Amino acid sequence: MSVLIDKNTKVIVQGMGKTGRFHTDKAIAYGTQMVAAVHPSRAGQTELFQGETDHSGVPDRPDSYQVELPIFRTVREAIAATGATVSVVYVPPPFAADAIMEAADAGLDLVVCVTEGIPVADMVKAKSYLAPRQTRLVGPNCPGVITPRECKIGIMPGYIHEAGRVGVVSRSGTLTYEAVHQLTQVGLGQTTAIGIGGDPVNGTDFIDCLRLFNDDPDTHGVIMIGEIGGTAEEEAAAWITAHMTKPVAGFIAGTTAPPGKRMGHAGAIISGGKGTAADKISALQAAGVVVAPTPTDMGAAMVEAMEQQS
Amino acid sequence: MKIHEFQAKELMRARGIPVPQGTAVTSVAEAVKAVAPLIEATGNPVVVVKAQIHAGGRGKGRFIEEPELGGVSVVTEGRDGGVEAAKTKVGDLAARMLDGTLVTVQTGPEGKPVRRLYIEQGVDIDRELYLSVLLDRASSRNVVMASTEGGTEIEQVAEETPEKILREEIDPGLGLLDFQARQLAYGLGLEGMAFKNGVRFIKTLAEAAVELDTDLIEINPLVVTKEGAVVALDGKMSFEANALYRHPEVQDMRDLSEENAAEIEASGYDLSFIKLDGTIGCMVNGAGLAMATMDIIKYVGGQPANFLDVGGGAEKDQVAAAFKIITRDPNVKGIFVNIFGGIMKCDTIAQGIVDAVDEVGLDMPLVVRLEGTNVDLGKQILDESGLNILSAADMKDGAQKILEATKS
Repeated sequence: MSVLIDKNTKVIVQGMGKTGRFHTDKAIAYGTQMVAAVHPSRAGQTELFQGETDHSGVPDRPDSYQVELPIFRTVREAIAATGATVSVVYVPPPFAADAIMEAADAGLDLVVCVTEGIPVADMVKAKSYLAPRQTRLVGPNCPGVITPRECKIGIMPGYIHEAGRVGVVSRSGTLTYEAVHQLTQVGLGQTTAIGIGGDPVNGTDFIDCLRLFNDDPDTHGVIMIGEIGGTAEEEAAAWITAHMTKPVAGFIAGTTAPPGKRMGHAGAIISGGKGTAADKISALQAAGVVVAPTPTDMGAAMVEAMEQQS
Repeated sequence: MKIHEFQAKELMRARGIPVPQGTAVTSVAEAVKAVAPLIEATGNPVVVVKAQIHAGGRGKGRFIEEPELGGVSVVTEGRDGGVEAAKTKVGDLAARMLDGTLVTVQTGPEGKPVRRLYIEQGVDIDRELYLSVLLDRASSRNVVMASTEGGTEIEQVAEETPEKILREEIDPGLGLLDFQARQLAYGLGLEGMAFKNGVRFIKTLAEAAVELDTDLIEINPLVVTKEGAVVALDGKMSFEANALYRHPEVQDMRDLSEENAAEIEASGYDLSFIKLDGTIGCMVNGAGLAMATMDIIKYVGGQPANFLDVGGGAEKDQVAAAFKIITRDPNVKGIFVNIFGGIMKCDTIAQGIVDAVDEVGLDMPLVVRLEGTNVDLGKQILDESGLNILSAADMKDGAQKILEATKS
């Protein structure tokens, strides 16, 4: 049906501040099973969410919701009480890496970190801590993960998504929305859309997502959206050549970006002549990926890639 | 965030990393005054005058005003003529370099104004090596890179003789281990005293990188003297922006005069802005979409004037500030606003645009492409505003429309 998350996924939120509250409400309205919050200074309290669902009027789905979320001191306590397997992190940057490591120590399957601005050194430590553990990290500095109609974890607008056949993986938030919107318009829809984030040190990478989508029987094609900086797209291209059995379309942002300048994302920088859009585009094309010349053509590129392989 | 060489050397000196003695100066008088104490303290009659700008390649760089003059000059007059001769030469150089414009491979053709010099002790060089600490994105760890090819651009070494680059990963829990520092020192061909000093230098530098949250420390060249001393002849440091909050002493070293004024102003409004050379201004939400907007302007045949990400929750005053910053650039002939509303609703941004145009005024074409949450409401606000705003169906359409509108 999908990868990483589905309608049975139980989710806790780490950080019930203003941002955490806002997006928890949106997730519940979408239909996500939010089951608990972790916020040490508010442990023992509850947070009430109520309103109209995104799918009011749809047969067999509730029109409204009222959820009283319990708040716990630790991730372990939240899991023990709820059986959650996934968390989403809205903790502020200085404390976010610690929240990720706490989620991993508690044995969650997946932690999605939305927080932007985490010090690189903190993420270097967190990644080293996660390496021997089973927990998968998505992010940080990402919009999150969504399986349309089933489960939305993160800050993406839910309504642009439509359940379908294409897996989406992207380093950029708004470009993911562009791709999703176009896939919905051309009638392909999405199995799952994963934002892997714009930081130089992140968890799940392109290859992890390609592998997941390659193994998912309901995913019939993948669109990957990269940008300047690092060599993750080149590595993904090599993996596609060796292992990918499904059509892949792509887009790379930053053809006009000047070298040595950080383009908004901490990870989007051409340094020492490495990480240019031209290198990434040619690597992907050499791997048989249909690379869209502009973001407006991403949906069409996916259609073309699927026609080529059928 | 970048700092000057003299500041990087201050930070190294404070951590026990050997650097030559030196004094930063901003006037000819200060430059002359710095010479005698330096020669007395070191016993070396040779001093070096180095332009302090935030760009590499200073030695090979040249001043626009005086094409024969480089950004680094070695003053040897003190050998025969004594301190007075050295002072005269330093004074002469300082007068020519201060307020000059230095062009290097990293400054672009317009160059950078030189406002400060570093007067430094001369060093008797036996060998020139290369040493740096930086993030390796593939392994998600910091690495120490070393090479025997000091004084050359490391990118060139990586291209031509990659086998001459040595690497050791720094374990985030354990730090750089002793044997790793030894392996690097052996690889650099260090022996005797130089080996001992080299190992200590490498270990201390790796510790400094972690302690200071640098995203790059580069010592090029790292020099070995005939006596076996290992000294940082040059020193470049830049810092990871997300970690600056825990290093107030480093924040104090920020030199705003080295940065673009519009970029500084934009950062005050939480706008991510980078100035470019084209004629079409862009205002976009999201870093990836902002880059892609520049790309599509180029794709249809135009040239983007800037990168501008207003972020996910832009308010009216941010939109107004963005317009002001974009339109102040005399090259800009038109503006392309490209918004995919998610959490930020299209009607909010549309109202922000209308209010900002009312406030700032606009005497150039404006194309707006809206998509996403409340898009119809947003378009309605723009249509009913009575402002001369061209509406675009999608990104490509918007890019073509602004190009067309700015051609006439």
